[in-house]
Amino acid sequence: MRAYSLRRTSYWVFHYAMLAAFLAFALFPLFWLLKVSITPNDLLYSEGVRMWPSRTTLDHYVSVLQHTQFPLFFRNSVIVSGCTAVISTLIAAGAGYGFSRFQFRGKFWIVGIMLVTQMFPLVMIVAPIFRLLAPLGLTNSLTGLIIVYTAFNVPFASFLMQSFFDGIPKDLEEAAMIDGATRFEALCKIILPLTLPGLAATIGFVFTAAWSELLFALMLNSSNAASTFPVGLLAFVSKFSVDFGQMMAAGVLALIPVCGFFFLIQRYLVQGLTAGAVKG
Amino acid sequence: MTTITTGATTRRRRPLLRRMALAAEPYLYTIPSVFLITIIMLVPLVIGLSYAFRDITLLDPFSGGFVGLDHFREIYADASFWNALHNTVTWTVTSVVLQFGLGLILAMLLDRPFPGRSLIQALVFLPWAVPSFLSGLNWAWLFNPVVGPLPYWMHDVGLMSAPDNILSDPNHAIWGPIVANVWWGIPFFAITLLAALQAIPKDIYEAAAIDGAGPFERFRSITLPFLAPTIAITVLLRTVWVANFADLIVVMTKGGPADSTQILSSYIFTQAFQRLDFGYASAIAAVLLVLLLAYAFALVVLRQTLMARN
Repeated sequence: MRAYSLRRTSYWVFHYAMLAAFLAFALFPLFWLLKVSITPNDLLYSEGVRMWPSRTTLDHYVSVLQHTQFPLFFRNSVIVSGCTAVISTLIAAGAGYGFSRFQFRGKFWIVGIMLVTQMFPLVMIVAPIFRLLAPLGLTNSLTGLIIVYTAFNVPFASFLMQSFFDGIPKDLEEAAMIDGATRFEALCKIILPLTLPGLAATIGFVFTAAWSELLFALMLNSSNAASTFPVGLLAFVSKFSVDFGQMMAAGVLALIPVCGFFFLIQRYLVQGLTAGAVKG
Repeated sequence: MTTITTGATTRRRRPLLRRMALAAEPYLYTIPSVFLITIIMLVPLVIGLSYAFRDITLLDPFSGGFVGLDHFREIYADASFWNALHNTVTWTVTSVVLQFGLGLILAMLLDRPFPGRSLIQALVFLPWAVPSFLSGLNWAWLFNPVVGPLPYWMHDVGLMSAPDNILSDPNHAIWGPIVANVWWGIPFFAITLLAALQAIPKDIYEAAAIDGAGPFERFRSITLPFLAPTIAITVLLRTVWVANFADLIVVMTKGGPADSTQILSSYIFTQAFQRLDFGYASAIAAVLLVLLLAYAFALVVLRQTLMARN
């Protein structure tokens, strides 16, 4: 019995030690970002590499918010990512439900095409998309970005939604349909409320992806008025490449909404995928 | 399938219109996504593929003519292409193996209940939320001796003779983006593998333990077979994504020094937006697409053969 509990204790010590190593690896870069963003410029170079500066300041944040266009980029990013997340999730919910509940002619091809879209280098379609959107006045506009991002995110979001729907028993809407509801009514009134965690996870996932996108944001918009956060940060880097403090402050600001969102949804992501995995 | 037939038998002899509506139903749910993907991804893809056979150079009014296979002959003779292909394999294989291995360990650590699990889970998954360009910038800062601690630590441990920037050393620079990519990508594998682990019925483990199977034996004969389908699909998707993923390289090293970190997707980026040669860029992209499709096909066939044998 004692040998057993000793083994058990040493197992948990090992378990927590490993987790601590993963935590350190995951969080240290973020900690460093935060640390440099509140280090005064005169200490950044003079103190060498220290874990915590002897003095801290919020100057970098103040100057990013007051003297740069980041508030505008921030607003643009929120609009683009928010709209993309909601629209993609609605469209993907339809596709995911279709994949989960029906066998139909052409399903194999639709799923196959969605998989293939994950395989080609997006650089290849930047120029054609530009040519397609320019005559419609959709370049240099947030609407154009929303349309493009929605299309990019729908395939993966559809597979994600399918796995959430797979976790909900079919009997539920069948019962409602026997009681006289149409399938669409059953979907809206019974199934969607049950899959709210799945919808939340998909919205969060797409929001995160859209918030990070750099290539298309860079190529489709040449004006500052329609630029998003990543473009602003990249331009900022080449423009003020010496001011690490301000860059890091802008980086921390870019992280706040997306990390908050992800922190809230990651539990649902695991739960939803678990439900899907049961069905294989 | 079952839903349609049970629905049809409960109310017999539906009118024609009603039956047509029922047949159309699955399409109504999927059409918005198919429509959008076709317009925004497939049509541009076909146009992009056509560029591979044409002389498309931005800002050159005389470009646009059909050149047949000229770009592909040029690729064959292009030493930078072969170098980038070689780097692509190194970058993709190393990144995916490390992401998968560490992701699996993390998922197994998080699989058992313990106090504080949900908080730790949220924290270790956080890197996935960090925008890729920002994680590239962040790691470039960490590797930079002016503001970052990593060169000093590597010097202290004896990995480096002086605290230099690893990103400016042609022999080791590729490890910079790889470390950033592993950091960023572990949570993806951990999330999907954790979900698959939690779906394994726990009583199977108890039964195996009673039969005298040790931890390693239980992992080999229960965990791995249950995880196999998830592993196949995540490794497939992830390999393709990582091979196409140029953000970290473009942000951290721009392919340098001396092309030592140039992978195919960053090379395409360079050709398209620095040389403005969209025709040549599209031809390389087409080669990469064919290679990835062949890889995906081989993996799917392998999976079918393995499943048929069991």
